[in-house]
Amino acid sequence: MRVATHEVTFPITDPAEILKLRAGDEVVVQGHIIGIRDRTQIRIFDQGVEPPMDLRGAFLLHTAPNVRKVGEGRYEKICIGTTTSARMVRFTEPLGAQYGVRAICGKGGFPDEAIEPMRAHGMVYFAIVGGAAALETTQIEEIEEVAWEELMPECLWRFRVKDFGPLTVGIDAHGNSLYHDVQAAATKKLEELYARL
Amino acid sequence: MPQLLDTDLQHAVEDAAAHLYVWSLKDIPQDLRDALRDAAARETSTPGQRVLSTILRNVEVADSERNLVCQDTGIAVYTCRVGEHFPLHPARIYEALRDGTARATIEHPLRSNAVHTITRENTGPNIGHRLPIVHWEFVQDWDGLDVKCVPKGSGSENMSFLKMCVPADGVKGIKQFVLESIVGAGGKPCPPGIVGVGIGGSADYAMYLAKEAIARPIGTRNADPVVAQLEDELFGLLNETGIGPMGLGGDVTVLNCHIEHADTHMTLNPVAVNYQCWAARRATAHIAADGTTDFDREA
Repeated sequence: MRVATHEVTFPITDPAEILKLRAGDEVVVQGHIIGIRDRTQIRIFDQGVEPPMDLRGAFLLHTAPNVRKVGEGRYEKICIGTTTSARMVRFTEPLGAQYGVRAICGKGGFPDEAIEPMRAHGMVYFAIVGGAAALETTQIEEIEEVAWEELMPECLWRFRVKDFGPLTVGIDAHGNSLYHDVQAAATKKLEELYARL
Repeated sequence: MPQLLDTDLQHAVEDAAAHLYVWSLKDIPQDLRDALRDAAARETSTPGQRVLSTILRNVEVADSERNLVCQDTGIAVYTCRVGEHFPLHPARIYEALRDGTARATIEHPLRSNAVHTITRENTGPNIGHRLPIVHWEFVQDWDGLDVKCVPKGSGSENMSFLKMCVPADGVKGIKQFVLESIVGAGGKPCPPGIVGVGIGGSADYAMYLAKEAIARPIGTRNADPVVAQLEDELFGLLNETGIGPMGLGGDVTVLNCHIEHADTHMTLNPVAVNYQCWAARRATAHIAADGTTDFDREA
């Protein structure tokens, strides 16, 4: 497999930044990322509440951090990690179409239904190492903003990051998905394994 | 020696639980560290190597920063071995485990994951109705108590599967179900982890046994040689699936496969799968009848 290494700063303004990424590539992220989870997206899309942060060109992280409150609307990180993405796949299309989100990062991957919206809206899925939260926490420099605190810890978070990664492009904007390829190969392999039982 | 009061012993168990919950989240056992290092050495895929080297870096950072290995503080699960002569009744042991869990959550502080299962409202500091969860075993001719804390993350717990195979499916049916479950789970349960399998008993007991299986030290084998052989065989087969670290493809899909079994009805053949992520956290306290406590990362 040809593997390239990229550094990308979010939010992006040039779509070419996303189009150059290919499934399997390694990526390190700089800039600002936005933390989001199940209840955050249920509020936006099922309850129709406009998010009080600009999501254009954004990098969304599937998270719900451990934090310490240090003042009105101010939080200090304790441990920030990433949750399983598959539960939230149905929000991919509207995040791209309505809000111009360009990257979704989580762990465990998205099923195939994410491939077409990601291709159509020029989005990528970044695979992070689930459970590697101690390291991830050191790459988050600061919690800059928190909205919807009543959903704690499933608020809308803005983090400033430095050298966030390494991430793997799991699904690219060209219709390729590592998860699809791995599942297809494993399903074929199962037939061979069953025959040996 | 002055008479030890029940309340003193209850406090000792509460202290142990509070310590175990935080400690297990930060300092993973040596057998797990070794298994992850071995996995990194034999993985050949590029994304798989990237994942495993990141995991090893993460364990080092958790040590040096004294931080949690994973942000998911899980659902607190305890397995208790209670000696018949241990002077505190299990009803009080349960209260102590619950109080210790809550205290650790508030004092550290840890993220509070517990919610009402219908309303989804938070129910408190990682406690609630029937939380924490405790597995009990009672031991004759002994006056001690062993408490093992196994914080169970939701990413892996969501990848739990039960099938009521029929006797005609045989052991082949069990193997197929374990394989299809782990392939179907893909990257979601944070592989490579421990596949816990419970076979026999009843539907509920098979899943209980699968949870017991993931709490064992990595690579330990069932005392029944027939079951131990099945553990070896499934371990090998699971690593042939190619799912790989975090489901990105590779040689290492699981760190091991543990099986617990119970005898069953002649018409039953239940098989339950419970997955434990690579951050397979566990820590144990050995508590003597006088409240003296020894902490043990490896049990």
